[in-house]
Amino acid sequence: MRAVFLFLAAFLACSVEMVEALTIVLAVGVTRGWRSAMAGVGAATLALAALVAALGPALTHIPINALRLVVGALLLVFGLQWLRKAILRASGYKALHDEDAIYRKELDRARQAAGAGGPAGIDGYAFTVAFKGVFLEGTEVAFIVLTFGANQHNLPLAAVAAAAALVIVGIVGVAVHAPLSRVPENTMKYAVGVMLTTFGTFWSAEGAGVHWPGSDASILGVLVFTLAVSSALVAALRQRRAVPVAAR
Amino acid sequence: MRALSALGRFLYEFVVGDDWTIAAGVVVALAITYGLAHSGVTVWWLLPLVVAGGLSASLVRATRRSER
Repeated sequence: MRAVFLFLAAFLACSVEMVEALTIVLAVGVTRGWRSAMAGVGAATLALAALVAALGPALTHIPINALRLVVGALLLVFGLQWLRKAILRASGYKALHDEDAIYRKELDRARQAAGAGGPAGIDGYAFTVAFKGVFLEGTEVAFIVLTFGANQHNLPLAAVAAAAALVIVGIVGVAVHAPLSRVPENTMKYAVGVMLTTFGTFWSAEGAGVHWPGSDASILGVLVFTLAVSSALVAALRQRRAVPVAAR
Repeated sequence: MRALSALGRFLYEFVVGDDWTIAAGVVVALAITYGLAHSGVTVWWLLPLVVAGGLSASLVRATRRSER
């Protein structure tokens, strides 16, 4: 069961971040040329691979309880951030991520930016924007892959899930050649937030010395509890938003 | 020095994000859990409750801010 959750969390997280990175890369590629944009993507991918390769083996040498306590706590705080934003978006308190609008904004920016020359005919603007887009979105994926993989002693499975998402979103992006605005980003982020919060809670408590009733089976209980609490919060906030402030 | 502070800001934004009270709540809850668990108290229920309470409180604060 843990392996299925591990795969799903890494796959979903990588998919949503890839969709966001794709929007940026498409905008710069279309306006400034694909050569420089793809050079930025390649450099960012290499930097991310180096980050995972350097930190991954190091994490596996930390004693399991210390790893679960510290990394579980980080995962929990990180997961609660995702969940908080997804709940605010689902209840209408925060605007939904609009890939089309972001794409148009990036297109305008790329058209207005001065032609910054770089070595070997590389457009510095296109390279930097593509690099930053992929590296910053990818760092979140790398964090999830590393923490999930290290805690479950299955870094390769987490990496395979992330790579699968990368390939699928990449193929769809090339085929559609437009921002993937129909992907239900908030639902996916909500699902990832629930999973990160569940595993963060389970691992950090276990690292702190807690014995969960039913051992691993209680992950399902924590998952159901997190889902129930977050769904209730979405419903309550939607209701609150529907009532005018003056009428409360 | 500037690069270090930029890295620090990035890491803070990356892990802690919009509401530092969530991170603080998790750290305090884990410290209490650690202490109680090592004293032989059954304490598995504490962290899920703190997570639920902390998330709810943070969302109430965020929605109040946006309604002002």
